[in-house]
Amino acid sequence: MMNSLLCLKEVHTHIGQYHILQGINLDIVENEVNVLLGRNGAGKTTTLKTIMGLTPASKGAIQLRNTDITKKMTYDIANLGIGYVPEDQGIFGDLTVEENLRVAMRKENEQTLQKQEYILTLFPDLKRFWKKAGGKLSGGQKQMLAMARAFVNDSQMLLIDEPSKGLAPIVVEKVMEAIQEMKKTTTIVLVEQNFLMASRIGDNYTIIDDGKTVHHGPMKALISDEQLKRKYLGIG
Amino acid sequence: MELIISLIINGLATGMLIFLLAAGVTLIFGLMDVLNFAHGGLFVWGAYSGIFAYAATESFTIGILIALLTGAVLGFITEKLIITPVYGNHVQQILITLGFMIVLSECIKVVFGPNGIPVSVPPLLAGSWEVGNIIIIKYRIFIIAAGFIIYGVFHYILTKTKIGLIVRAGVMNREMVQALGINIKRVFLYVFMVGAALASLGGVLMAPYSGVIYAEMGMEYAILGFIVVVIGGMGSYSGTLFAAILVGLAGSFMAYYVPYLSLAVNMIIMVIVLVFRPQGLFTVAKG
Repeated sequence: MMNSLLCLKEVHTHIGQYHILQGINLDIVENEVNVLLGRNGAGKTTTLKTIMGLTPASKGAIQLRNTDITKKMTYDIANLGIGYVPEDQGIFGDLTVEENLRVAMRKENEQTLQKQEYILTLFPDLKRFWKKAGGKLSGGQKQMLAMARAFVNDSQMLLIDEPSKGLAPIVVEKVMEAIQEMKKTTTIVLVEQNFLMASRIGDNYTIIDDGKTVHHGPMKALISDEQLKRKYLGIG
Repeated sequence: MELIISLIINGLATGMLIFLLAAGVTLIFGLMDVLNFAHGGLFVWGAYSGIFAYAATESFTIGILIALLTGAVLGFITEKLIITPVYGNHVQQILITLGFMIVLSECIKVVFGPNGIPVSVPPLLAGSWEVGNIIIIKYRIFIIAAGFIIYGVFHYILTKTKIGLIVRAGVMNREMVQALGINIKRVFLYVFMVGAALASLGGVLMAPYSGVIYAEMGMEYAILGFIVVVIGGMGSYSGTLFAAILVGLAGSFMAYYVPYLSLAVNMIIMVIVLVFRPQGLFTVAKG
């Protein structure tokens, strides 16, 4: 039995005069990696931002379990247990790795510090550059820090936007391994252009095209569906 | 040599007074990107309320505490009523805060009268020390010490405490701070109140230094505060201290050696900095 953790029903979002999301329907399955796919400009990033309340929905409903979060403020949504890794990573460049993580900690208790230790085993580079300013890290290290920051609290769900973007293949491998590890304890919504990566770590997929959800299902089905991949993703 | 030391002490004291005013500006302008010209009004209200309390109680410490309280309360009112509707719009911010600055100054005249009020240095801080041929005025040393203490306290808060890290993170990326579960608007309100309290502290400390307080003094010092923040770099606390000392020292030396340029020295420094380093001497990485 699949449990839906997050549900978007006919969500529309306007940014200024532009109608970006024009009917997004999503069912995010608990404890799985749910991948949002689609061409550039399809509305994947805006979908994540709308879930976080950064670009609030103008119509439709977003439910986290039994809580309606459509009109909630971003910080309230985050405090309900949704971690967010933006496309540009959002690192605080003047703060050290340690300070970036400290800002993210909702509680500085034993449990969170243990989680931090666990995260540092996932991303040993962060331990190595513990006192280095976030702005001076490499692209891969910034990505790891952004993911660590979202994961340091006990989040029930992580929204990760294009984690492989601009990274060397060896770093992408590390990021994938980390996501696989995170998946053991949390639900993940992943926006990813790199279909190879998405197909290897995704359990489910949703294709967004022109601001609408047009397909969803198990990732295995998409991998073998050449026509669908060609039509909406331009591959295959 | 005695002359140089005297000029350095004068310059440092002036610089620290500018720093106390500009520290609030750098918090409000640097973190919140709010052009608050009412800052001068908070400065002058701090001066009047503090000196009024000092006169009533004969305790300068109580005067300082009342000035801080006045600043914080006025900061709360200013942020809630004046600033909140105009976040993100610099033109509206300039217009409304300039208007509020005039209101605050005029209210001073209504409450305390239109004439300037002479202020004497508290007895404990009055007088001077003689070290060799150098006369060191006690109140200037007090101002310098107060400036460094305030800088130390803020440096500690901003670098060692969680709330300080949040404030610095907010300077760099406020959207991300919210996405980490922090109500940045509430943080902004607290920062605004602290910034306003600092302006008022600057006002009450300036009063015995200048010897007289008057309703219009706020605008003069508010502009100086903005100049220092621009020179130091937006959002950089250390930059503000450095720039304030630089402006203070330059003013002190220019007034003695090139007096006809002394009034223009702040502008000259700002122009030079803007030409060669438009982001200010110290910058804060934006992520």
